Amino acid sequence: MVRLNLMLLAVLVLCALSLVTSRHQARKLFVELEREQARTHAYETEFGQLQLEQSTWAMPVRVEKIAREQLKMQIPGPRRIEVIPGEVPR
Amino acid sequence: MTGRSMAQKHAAPAPELPRFRAPIVFGLLLLLFGVLVGRSLYLQWIDNAFLQEQGSSRYSREIEVPAHRGRVVDRAGEPLAISTPVKSIWAFAGQVDATPEKLALLAQALETTPRALAEKLEGANDFVFLAKQVPPEVAGRVAALKIKGVHDQNEYRRFYPAGEMASHIVGFTGDHDVGQEGMELAQQEWLGGKPGSRRVIIDRRGDVVEDVESIRSPQAGRDLALAIDARLQYLAFRELKAAVEANRAKAGGLVILDARTGEILALANWPTYNPNARNKVGREKMRNRALTDVFEPGSTLKPFTIAAALESGAVRPDTVIQTAPGSLTIGPNTIHDAHPNGALTVEQVIQKSSNVGAAKIALSLPSATMWHMLSETGFGAAPNTGFPGEVGGRLRPAKSWKPIEQATIAYGHGISVNLVQLARAYTVFANEGQLKPATLFKGGDAVAGRPVMRASTALAVRHMLELAVLPGGTAPKAQVPGYRVAGKTGTAHKLEGRGYTNKYVSSFVGFAPASAPRLIVAVMIDEPSTGVHYGGDVAAPVFSAVMGSALRTLGALPDAPGDNVILPDEAAAIREET
Repeated sequence: MVRLNLMLLAVLVLCALSLVTSRHQARKLFVELEREQARTHAYETEFGQLQLEQSTWAMPVRVEKIAREQLKMQIPGPRRIEVIPGEVPR
Repeated sequence: MTGRSMAQKHAAPAPELPRFRAPIVFGLLLLLFGVLVGRSLYLQWIDNAFLQEQGSSRYSREIEVPAHRGRVVDRAGEPLAISTPVKSIWAFAGQVDATPEKLALLAQALETTPRALAEKLEGANDFVFLAKQVPPEVAGRVAALKIKGVHDQNEYRRFYPAGEMASHIVGFTGDHDVGQEGMELAQQEWLGGKPGSRRVIIDRRGDVVEDVESIRSPQAGRDLALAIDARLQYLAFRELKAAVEANRAKAGGLVILDARTGEILALANWPTYNPNARNKVGREKMRNRALTDVFEPGSTLKPFTIAAALESGAVRPDTVIQTAPGSLTIGPNTIHDAHPNGALTVEQVIQKSSNVGAAKIALSLPSATMWHMLSETGFGAAPNTGFPGEVGGRLRPAKSWKPIEQATIAYGHGISVNLVQLARAYTVFANEGQLKPATLFKGGDAVAGRPVMRASTALAVRHMLELAVLPGGTAPKAQVPGYRVAGKTGTAHKLEGRGYTNKYVSSFVGFAPASAPRLIVAVMIDEPSTGVHYGGDVAAPVFSAVMGSALRTLGALPDAPGDNVILPDEAAAIREET
């Protein structure tokens, strides 16, 4: 009887300890998850800002202005366009 | 002394206790113990939800995690609306505990004056926003000051990179990231995410000490791809703006449809507003006129009258109609041509835009036949583009038409349409008689059309529309270098109150390349006021500029290479009215 009780006590202690460790593990993993999520969030922020930046740089107004003023480009007149007949690749 | 003697005196053998005393006391104690046990059982098992809640509210809190709202993108994936995370800085006015130097630094970080900041913090114990929706860097600087009682919270802010160019279609969101206008409103379900929540442990001041668990992770909204092509939208907006300003017009609209699928590639309105800074924008500027306003289309409707006549076999393209002397009296009313013509073929009625010719052709048809054609091509019913608040215009049932009404509807008066509806109706002529659905969403390639007329009828009208933009027609200014163009002008008197005024709506609807149509462009300029008001002078040049640039942008194969644009002398130009 005593031996059984002692054995049960040992099992109990083991269970309690494993509960403690698993709780601790869970906390640690959660903290890690949180950190990763914060990083995702930060990347999301950066991605959004980069997208905004890209679309600002690529604004047709700006592209057109640079093409005309800095690069001195112009739309060719109809006389300067030669159409080469043939199959249009699809 | 006396006390002791007294005690001794009374220290006689104890008197006999009543027999039931011990059991009674024992019973009472047991009862009290039972009450205690009962109470503790009650607290522990029955009433514990309330206590648990009270207890955890002392140290933990559930906080909402905002969800990312989906982007609105154009057909190539260019963003038209993006949410980026920002922070709002808040405090309880009475609880901010900081030195004046720190407050000065805080004011500096928030780009405000110390006085303005002090005013905000004056209240007793009120929740105040010190700064709404600031970039994360600013919030970082504020957090670095570590002022007690100043907190921040995560939010999302919506940015619209295309700004005023696409504001009418995209719309905008309100305070809580909920759509208020345009597609943001119509597609709220699709775009909006579901906010999540998580549990955190807080200290006495309410600052988060530790994250405990995630109760529900936020669900991000989905991206929405519109049919809009940002490049074409820019072209459309640029040319429309220039035209409205040059003609000192009240308003204007421009729609580009994909001729083959009916997708709306661009939709521009003037006046417009900037959705990124819309503090004092009136409702007037927010209206998407091209979809929510109707106007009398004028001559741009004539091709449908002619199509109805050709389809029923009443006329052929070369049938001669006498339009002299340039007016036609029906009962008490007389209709006029702006410039009298003689005998015209049906083709020439379109080319020169003769009201009398169109009216005579219409009167030779049963009213039901005409009504059927107009109804089949989408007039009188909302175009179903998926835009909130779109209207269908007015097309009265044929039974109620009087002859004069039938005559005026033939050239686009007594019927009202919106610009998208009008552009969409022209898909019939671009697709051999098939009407395509107009949609704002990016769709597949082959959209099934609804056959509305014979292919031969559609091609015959297309040929007439080509004549109208050549010298001898009403809109040589609509020609596009390198491409064959087909289209029709409209110059409608505006209806105000009970009668027509000398204010005009100038319009042009056309498509190109005429040999294999790619795009349909519809232009509408409301009340041009520089003295020039003909559709061929006001709207046609806009059409030409937009169509030319758009076809080049898309790389459409020119079907009339070389210098094909021939403009007649100003004096010889053909004018039309309505």
